[in-house]
Amino acid sequence: MSFLEIDNLEKSFGTTRILKGVTLGIEEGGFLVLVGPSGCGKSTLLNTIAGLEQITSGEIRIAGKRVNELHPSKRDIAMVFQSYALYPNMTVGENIGFGMEIRGVAKPERDKAIAEVAQLLQISHLLDRKPSQLSGGQRQRVAMGRALVRKPQVFLFDEPLSNLDAKLRIDMRTEIKRLHQRMKTTIVYVTHDQIEAMTLATKIAVLKDGILQQFGTPAEIYNNPVNMFVADFMGSPAMNLVPATIGQSGSEATVELARAGAAPVSLALNGASSALSAYRGKEVVFGIRPEALTDPDGADRNAKHLVTTDCHIEVVEPAGSDTFAVTNLGGKGVVARLRADARIKPGATAPLTFNLTKAVFFDPATQERIA
Amino acid sequence: MSAPSQDVATRNGVVVRALIYALLILFAVYYLLPLYVMVVNSLKPLDEIRQGNMLALPQQWTVAPWLSAWSTAQIGVSPTGLKPYFLNSVLMVVPAVAISTVLGALNGYVLTKWRFKGDNIVFGMMLLACFIPFQIVLIPSARILGLLGLAGTVPGLVLIHAIYGLGFTTLFFRNYYEAFPTELVKAAQIDGASFFQIFRRILLPSSGPIIVVTVIWQFTNIWNDFLFGSSFSSVDSIPITVALNNLVNSSTGVKEYNVHFAGAILAALPTLIVYIVSGRYFVRGLMAGAVKG
Repeated sequence: MSFLEIDNLEKSFGTTRILKGVTLGIEEGGFLVLVGPSGCGKSTLLNTIAGLEQITSGEIRIAGKRVNELHPSKRDIAMVFQSYALYPNMTVGENIGFGMEIRGVAKPERDKAIAEVAQLLQISHLLDRKPSQLSGGQRQRVAMGRALVRKPQVFLFDEPLSNLDAKLRIDMRTEIKRLHQRMKTTIVYVTHDQIEAMTLATKIAVLKDGILQQFGTPAEIYNNPVNMFVADFMGSPAMNLVPATIGQSGSEATVELARAGAAPVSLALNGASSALSAYRGKEVVFGIRPEALTDPDGADRNAKHLVTTDCHIEVVEPAGSDTFAVTNLGGKGVVARLRADARIKPGATAPLTFNLTKAVFFDPATQERIA
Repeated sequence: MSAPSQDVATRNGVVVRALIYALLILFAVYYLLPLYVMVVNSLKPLDEIRQGNMLALPQQWTVAPWLSAWSTAQIGVSPTGLKPYFLNSVLMVVPAVAISTVLGALNGYVLTKWRFKGDNIVFGMMLLACFIPFQIVLIPSARILGLLGLAGTVPGLVLIHAIYGLGFTTLFFRNYYEAFPTELVKAAQIDGASFFQIFRRILLPSSGPIIVVTVIWQFTNIWNDFLFGSSFSSVDSIPITVALNNLVNSSTGVKEYNVHFAGAILAALPTLIVYIVSGRYFVRGLMAGAVKG
């Protein structure tokens, strides 16, 4: 049984259904990231867990206890908001202690708790300042301090890093991860940034249009996307999704990728799954991540099934740590990720190695995963 | 190249600035002239005014007209001066301003942070109150004050002004709180603060500018009101505006212009003081939220 359980949750505003039967759960001490494009309902889902929005049907349980009807302050949760939501008229110390003050905690005890949290977040020297006198990163820390001081059962983060500049965002990301490893408190975290999701989560829930697309560990989501949306959303640069046909060469199933001005690329599948065999002669979408499409020397030596073939390179994009090359397959630009020093020129033909162990296939009509 | 052109720019700047100041001074004089006439003539004996030069400084300075206007002048039938009526106005204005401001703030808080179905309709109807002319509500108001047993009393005037002001105060506070981040209210909810705790601890401390605007607006309107004052007051609840009218229109004896001037200044003094003390907040408050759309 999970620590935080969301059971068939529905949320409507008037006749608009925002969340359509979401079911998921996270174990105690887990880090659940809700990710999806804007408008997918991830923030609404977080607000319903917080109790700031009433749910239409379904159930939310924390530690086995139904909390549907509980006021936000009674759910034993704490929330960090995107805008930080620091009370502008109070000092940092008062901001952190406000919840305790409302609950009638005595002043000495309150001050002690504030000092502890301030120490943890290294904001002790800021306690007498007003939020307007703080930088973005400092405000972020204070907002986290206000949540930490409650010692809640569940932390809720609503896109906490999206107002920070790029470098600070990465620093704070690491800090949140470190904090989680130290506190071991359950966290639910909303973001639209798939890299944040991958780096922080123990479990990721991908949402689209209020429907849970896939729920699993970061590795599952990344390597085994259940549909084209998840495959495309997670990963940067995105997974190549190429229209292809399943063909046959001898007794072997192959995948055929059309090319402009040349014979199609034919890749032997080396024992295709039975699911894929059913698509013989039909159209599929062939999905391969850029790092599974490399120069032959850069290919994963432990991979079971590598196929190398010559491709026409259209564009080369050196990125420092890697070089990205774009070739055209199935009428689409396909990105390959080569070693930084790979000798490759635009306009020339170069051998590229497909790591077919990592390849995935989707049905073009349903967009669902085939194999 | 750049030096001469900069020189020209500086010279142009001086000319433009001089023009602006000249114009501003002209308008200031234009606006201050009536006040000057009132002050100067309120400090003259009546004989000097009769000589006809309204703009001249007094030859013989005297505060007798002020003392007379304040405590002995004939108002209607009794020689009480404006003093008791001034007190009536204070007793009317202070509670009326306080009640309408507090209720307006609460309305604004509910209409923006505790939205309910049909809240915009409620707000629209409250806005309508701003456009209803006083005259239309005179008779129904009189009837209701009569039913409540408040006709002709200071509390009756407080009630009518508080209600009439509610539309404006609600409008002010709603628009101000509309720009107030809702996440703060959510954060306070999670911290366990109640409806009134959130209002008192989170919203009110940030409402300084709009409170000043509302208080100035309400104070000025209620203090200067004549129609409700003359319609709903009786002998011992007459506000100062009505008393001033009675002072000036008293038909017995000679017209004591100097006393009238002094009385008029006395009647206008509180609003003047409120403006001088908090006028800059007024402008700042009216501008607040303007940039946020």
